[in-house]
Amino acid sequence: MALPGESTLASHGPKRPARAEGRRPPAPAAYPVRTEEDLLTVRHAVRAATVAVGFGLVDQTRVVTAASELARNAYVHGGGGTVSLDYPREPSGRRGLRLTVTDEGPGIADLEAALTDGFTTGAGLGHGLGGARRLMDEFTVRTGPGEGTVVVVTRWAVR
Amino acid sequence: MRERLTRALQERDEEIADRWVELQMEQALLDTDIGEAELREEADALIEALVPGLQSGVPVDRVVTSTPGLHEAVVGLSMRRARAGATPTATSLAVLAIKEALLKAVQRDTRDAEELFASAVFMNRLLDVAGALSFETYVEGREEIIRRQSQQLMEQSTPVVRLWRQVLAVPLIGTLDTARTQVVMENLLQAIQDHEALVAIIDITGVPTVDTAVAQHLMQTVNAVRLMGADCVISGVRPSIAQTIAQLGIDLSTILTRATLADALAAAIKLMDGPGPDGDEGDGR
Amino acid sequence: MNGLRSPGVPILRLGDVLVTGLLNELDDRAAIAFTEELTERISAEGARGVLIDISRLEIIDSFVARTLMELTTVARLLGARVIVAGMRPPVAITLVELGIELVGVETALNPEQGLAALGWRQAPQPLEGARRGTSR
Repeated sequence: MALPGESTLASHGPKRPARAEGRRPPAPAAYPVRTEEDLLTVRHAVRAATVAVGFGLVDQTRVVTAASELARNAYVHGGGGTVSLDYPREPSGRRGLRLTVTDEGPGIADLEAALTDGFTTGAGLGHGLGGARRLMDEFTVRTGPGEGTVVVVTRWAVR
Repeated sequence: MRERLTRALQERDEEIADRWVELQMEQALLDTDIGEAELREEADALIEALVPGLQSGVPVDRVVTSTPGLHEAVVGLSMRRARAGATPTATSLAVLAIKEALLKAVQRDTRDAEELFASAVFMNRLLDVAGALSFETYVEGREEIIRRQSQQLMEQSTPVVRLWRQVLAVPLIGTLDTARTQVVMENLLQAIQDHEALVAIIDITGVPTVDTAVAQHLMQTVNAVRLMGADCVISGVRPSIAQTIAQLGIDLSTILTRATLADALAAAIKLMDGPGPDGDEGDGR
Repeated sequence: MNGLRSPGVPILRLGDVLVTGLLNELDDRAAIAFTEELTERISAEGARGVLIDISRLEIIDSFVARTLMELTTVARLLGARVIVAGMRPPVAITLVELGIELVGVETALNPEQGLAALGWRQAPQPLEGARRGTSR
């Protein structure tokens, strides 16, 4: 499940400038997740992004739901973080939406368990990670005790 | 080297394009209906895009990929070939044939063997990337076409029919994989909403085998139907499939199943007039 | 938004049934406030049934799912049956793919059918435009 292209995750400022790479708009953007209101803002932004990419209604719902799960994870377990959106494009022209959810929390000690349904250490049902993985086409996670967590998910538009 | 090539491209563009088109026609590489006029158009576009690429000062082996116009020209060309049904080898060979046309043009300006050799090496480094890019694009283009076709096929092959007032049926034909399940769910749930249906019958007569994955997909569909507030009956369970299900230890006990569509319809109608207000799916699973 | 306000949909009483709904802009605090208010009303008014219209929810994530399940359990303990009505097709598909089962939560296609299941009857034979229910 390798991602095409490198995900840039280095700095952790609340807002990062957009990278322009000859892609068409919309431009990549980053949203902080510090409060509960931020969760709603992320959902709105992701919904708008799915519409811009041309996703159908069900795909829109899948991606917004996955974003909501991941953002909540970052908020609850990671003590806040960032959700970045960008728009990968395959040479064939197929468009996608990629979410990069970063937090600097304690990290996930047992990733295997966290991806299993029913595993939870906070509010919710423990479907956050595993559920988001099922709702998206591509899924990678980088984490470790004390290292924070970076989850990168992509969904491609079907045309 | 760059200047020489740039000059050749600028001064002899017509000639290069002609020769390239000619080579492609000669090699009969294109067993397709792409005509000479179109080849010529492609050639002009690519040659025109090469000039700014060479002038940009980017390392030679990155010119093709990092010059936007050039990149697009190669990708566009390869996609058209993919759609027209050319083979991937023919497609990248056609792209690489431009090297010969270019070398010929350079040869008109110099006869110096060393310089010609250096030019040839330079062109290889410049354009082999284009061949590779072309190949890659081609493959992706085909994949895209296949994806689109199978999507269309799936959508056409999962009709939802109304059997009775508030009873719908989906006859499934072929296997039930993840992509197919998504399409079936989407069509079925939408139809349930549109018709205010209370029961959906999923007929699996046309499904060759039921393994764990298929059973899981059936369960997903049933669960989604129930979340909408409707109920599900599975029909067309042949003896052999029933046996397989039993042997695999798949639990479909929460789902109402029937051998034939007719039986399922009878069951559906009974479900609706049946137990009344308190007889709804009590456990919501 | 100020999270201390009620979630915005009033809780109506029809006989022994409470009817309410959830709005899409449901944040966590609003969800908790909603649960608390509804629980209080069930208990105070001795409701036997609760109908929650969720047709405006554009997504249900695991948090909202959990809220609905807890509400159902609490209501059942207080003697009321909860029916959640009007889930949108994309929401149902996503929930299933997410791997969430709304264990114990009863569903209905729309509020009318939910009310019927709770014992309310529609006027004569329901054609398309059938409306008002009368108490049994």
